[in-house]
Amino acid sequence: MVVSLKPVVNDPQGLVVTDALHALGYPEVEWTRVGKFISLELDGPDLETARGRVDEMCRQLLCNGVIEDYRFEVREVAGEG
Amino acid sequence: MTVCFGIVVFPGTWSDRDCVHAVELAGAEATLLWHADRDLRGADIVVLPGGFSYGDYLRTGAIARFAPIMEAVREHAWDGGPVLGICNGFQILCEAGLLPGALLRNDSLQFRCQPTWLRVDTHSTPFLVGCHPGSTLRVPVSHGEGRFYADAKTLAQLNSEGRVALRYSESDGQLTPDANPNGSLENIAGILNEQGNVLGMMPHPERACEELLGSADGLQLFSSAIQALAARAG
Repeated sequence: MVVSLKPVVNDPQGLVVTDALHALGYPEVEWTRVGKFISLELDGPDLETARGRVDEMCRQLLCNGVIEDYRFEVREVAGEG
Repeated sequence: MTVCFGIVVFPGTWSDRDCVHAVELAGAEATLLWHADRDLRGADIVVLPGGFSYGDYLRTGAIARFAPIMEAVREHAWDGGPVLGICNGFQILCEAGLLPGALLRNDSLQFRCQPTWLRVDTHSTPFLVGCHPGSTLRVPVSHGEGRFYADAKTLAQLNSEGRVALRYSESDGQLTPDANPNGSLENIAGILNEQGNVLGMMPHPERACEELLGSADGLQLFSSAIQALAARAG
């Protein structure tokens, strides 16, 4: 999943990265936002249930709704059985 | 009466002993509370000190808010008990929903450890009851993530309800961009909950309690809270 600062929240890291990219000869970069990438594996009966659980995790811990937005995708991986 | 401060220690807390020293200088007793404790051992006032609880993993304060002791801190706050969150303690109070808003990376992207002036904007909290609104305090900051943010509606509410307790200022109380060490909205350094019993602030009053350290202004926060409790009791 990707957790990023809300568009209205100033992201000084993103501004510095944009400046650095411009200095390196990439003037076409209009903006940069720096976020977090989190991957996790969980056990569940189906994708729909897993999506619901992951959404709960995001709201409770992984993302702070005051300043951050999140988006995620869930896919099946081969189980032990 | 002897007032007792409960100083909460999480793994990674670093200002707990300084807080004990400050409390003792102010003439009260202090007891250290471990994050895994479930009760406040009779503490009248709770302090969440500065540091890097749980290594600041995920977000500052994000893991600490789920520590067992926080349930007791929450109940104490709901009952009107005084709670002071300093630096990481402020971050934890915001994550726990006891205070609105959040603390973000400093706009300079640098860790800032420096003296600041704070303008007292309200004294309607036990911790500032001994200060005059408009007066200034010399207290240092020491943080990498202290930029206060709240959405426009929350910010307006904090202002209209007189819940911005402290703002970074010049020594005469003037609010300037230069006085703001981290890019906080409207120079905000400390805020209150609705009842005024919970104060969160990024600067470290416990590091400004003796002239030897450059300022003794921070001691006023501890002695104010002691006075406020004594007045209530007696």
